[in-house]
Amino acid sequence: MAEPLLEVTGLIKSFGGLVAIDSVSLDVTSDEVHAVIGPNGAGKTTFIAQISGDLRPDSGTIRFAGADITRLATPKRAQRGLARSFQITSIFRDVTAEDNVALAVQAHDGHSFRFWRAAKADPSLRDPARAALDRVGLGDRRDVVAGELAHGEQRQLELAMAIATEPAMLLLDEPMAGMGAEESERMVALLQELKGSAAILLVEHDMDAVFALADRITVLVRGQAIATGSPQEIRDDDQVRRAYLGEDG
Amino acid sequence: MTFSRRTIFIALFLAGLALLPVALADQPFYVGLLSRAMILSIAAISLNLLLGYGNMISFGHAVYIGIGAYSVGIFAYYEIYDGFIQWPVGLAVSALVALLFGAISLRTKGVYFIMITLALAQMLYFLGVSVDEYGADDGLVIDVRSEFAGLIDLEEGIALYYVIFFFLLLTIFIVHKLVHSRFGIVLRGAKSNEARLLALGFPVYRYKLMGFVIAGVICGLAGLLLGNFTNFVNPDMMHWTRSGELIFMVVLGGLGSLFGPVLGAFAFLLLEEILSDFTIHWQIIFGPFLILAVLFLRGGINSLLGSRSDG
Amino acid sequence: MTWALLLEQTLNGFQLGVLLFLLAAGLTLVFGIMDLVNLAHGSLYMAGAFFCATFTDWTDSFILGVLLALPATLLLGIVVEMIALRTLYARDHLDQVLATFGIILFFNELARIVWGPEGLVIPLPGWLDGNIEIMADVFYPTFRILIIAVGLLVALGLYVLVAKTRIGMLIRAGASDRDMVGVLGVNVKMLFTLIFGLGAALAGLAGMMAGPIIEVNIGMGEEILILAFVVIVIGGIGSIRGAFVAALIVGLIDTMGRSFLDLLLKTLISGNAAETAAPALSAMLVYILMATVLFFRPQGLFAPRSG
Repeated sequence: MAEPLLEVTGLIKSFGGLVAIDSVSLDVTSDEVHAVIGPNGAGKTTFIAQISGDLRPDSGTIRFAGADITRLATPKRAQRGLARSFQITSIFRDVTAEDNVALAVQAHDGHSFRFWRAAKADPSLRDPARAALDRVGLGDRRDVVAGELAHGEQRQLELAMAIATEPAMLLLDEPMAGMGAEESERMVALLQELKGSAAILLVEHDMDAVFALADRITVLVRGQAIATGSPQEIRDDDQVRRAYLGEDG
Repeated sequence: MTFSRRTIFIALFLAGLALLPVALADQPFYVGLLSRAMILSIAAISLNLLLGYGNMISFGHAVYIGIGAYSVGIFAYYEIYDGFIQWPVGLAVSALVALLFGAISLRTKGVYFIMITLALAQMLYFLGVSVDEYGADDGLVIDVRSEFAGLIDLEEGIALYYVIFFFLLLTIFIVHKLVHSRFGIVLRGAKSNEARLLALGFPVYRYKLMGFVIAGVICGLAGLLLGNFTNFVNPDMMHWTRSGELIFMVVLGGLGSLFGPVLGAFAFLLLEEILSDFTIHWQIIFGPFLILAVLFLRGGINSLLGSRSDG
Repeated sequence: MTWALLLEQTLNGFQLGVLLFLLAAGLTLVFGIMDLVNLAHGSLYMAGAFFCATFTDWTDSFILGVLLALPATLLLGIVVEMIALRTLYARDHLDQVLATFGIILFFNELARIVWGPEGLVIPLPGWLDGNIEIMADVFYPTFRILIIAVGLLVALGLYVLVAKTRIGMLIRAGASDRDMVGVLGVNVKMLFTLIFGLGAALAGLAGMMAGPIIEVNIGMGEEILILAFVVIVIGGIGSIRGAFVAALIVGLIDTMGRSFLDLLLKTLISGNAAETAAPALSAMLVYILMATVLFFRPQGLFAPRSG
């Protein structure tokens, strides 16, 4: 197996006396989809916040593309190719879909201390933005103000912003959250397409989606990673069934 | 090509400003009032960069007016009247102070940010009050206006008027370019969704700090003009209530619109003029008006001009 | 520099400190619990002083003046909260800043109409107007001692109120998590009005205590308001304990700076330069302190909201 792109070792995070993440280790290779599942309160959100840089772990290390990023600030991680989508849709609501993605392109482009030329007419921002919108199937909605897009479309827009930065890895925090069955299906197909172009760390509640997409799954229960393996191994794991899948029906 | 009602209004407004001194040549009072309104417009436009575009509620913006005006005043005190010395120094000091104040205050958010910008500004106010050499409370009289190697004579009220008008147009143009540039788009993103901006990889702090410095420099320019216009400078120009008035001009005119702050500054001075003619206790009307404007006039005067076309 | 002078200035610092605490206590609660930026807090300080001046004049007794002015300020605070501020809780900070700025203009002008543009003097009764000997041959104004005592008593009272009572429990809950209070099934509106009224009365009390020393005038609230801001920023917004500690620090540093900085500077630089630099530097001292504290602790010394 190739050198992992993301390597998390012995991550611990507690709030007050409560241990939210209890020495979790996992890795993601550069071409796989690695899903993290677990019941509510298992610590998934806390976990992903530490990968993205919103929270600092108490101990443990996070290595990304060969470098230690444990203490790096959020923007620096993004610049190194770690893009994320948010559980609660996080977009720039009062500008168009294309403006949203163009801003993401601009972030990746790295030339934002430019004070004169109009950004709106800059093809080096607009063309990649349109390409990313086409890729997530929002090509014909690019001039709609983002806040007026349907919920599912906003989730697609989130994804377009994430891929527009041409990341080495996508950190997807419940991309199907709040979606209807049809919208979820479209999103799964979309992620299926993206697979291989970037590593994906996926946190998701929708089990159908997880088992359809993931190469490997890590199960988080009460802050501990109780199992990691292929979808089949996870399905067959007694401990997982007892702790988690059993409850879920 | 079609023009929106707003564009036509703005064009007429600016054309009026260009022509009025001709009609009012024998009315120095009105020429003065308009000069003052234009200077405050420049300051309000710069503050709008922070309030309206960058989501930074700075409550100490009048400080840069003071820095600009003192740059004229202190040099004049030492009988150095050369504008080519006064003005670059004034702008540079504004930039430095904004860099320092911004670096400190932008480490915080929300209520803390408001109060820290307020307190830092008040610090310079008290500095002005306590330095006897430069007149303390009373400030300095500027007996000779900035000289520009004989290129233009600011002692002429009309000449000064057109210089101010020129800088107003320049400020509008620069800020227009700025808010539509890559930098401006990031700054506006910070107002809309800062967390997202960070996750995309923008070190937001740096962008805000840059915006803070730019706004400080433009406001410093307004101060240079004001010092020349009023022929004196005192600490009161930096008092926090002056900063409050600037905020009010921006909000009254229309937050986050290019021309709104200009309208706000003019409306503010007009209101002050009319009300103070009416009664010496005009603030008893002005105060509640402010509250009502905040509560009910969302989007400011600018929103009364129809749907927005500029950024 | 004599030890007597040092002692006197220390007491002066304490006296300014407790005044700042009276002002900051209400302010920090309003900021912390209602998330309201209230610039008009200084107006209540001014109102307290003017009320006290008038009532003292009517009754010929400073004590009666204070006793009447206290409920009057409380009432004024409640009225202001119910008429103007209540609608502002849901607004953003910018709206709050502007609207409360409008309230300041209104009250300043109202005071000018009612009491005239001249300042008022609050006469002290004879037994308060003298000095007492605090050490052998060291005299200190009785009234300033009283201010310190009143401030410390109020601090103690607030501590008991916040730490030991049900209302205090709600206040603490509100300061650390605003939504909590609603969940507890409390009439939040009432609680807010009550807290605001309490803060108003404390600010008024500060005005009444300051009145006999500095003369009551329009705009007196604005200058000290900024210092109170510095106090609650240093102390941590929403923390009464923080406000207390920070108020004493700010009071002491400001007073000491003004009294001794020129002496201190003269040991370092030439007398003339010190003469010029000292007043400038001492005027900036507390702000430099604030900037330093924020540099290391952006949430202040005792931020009640963690994370």
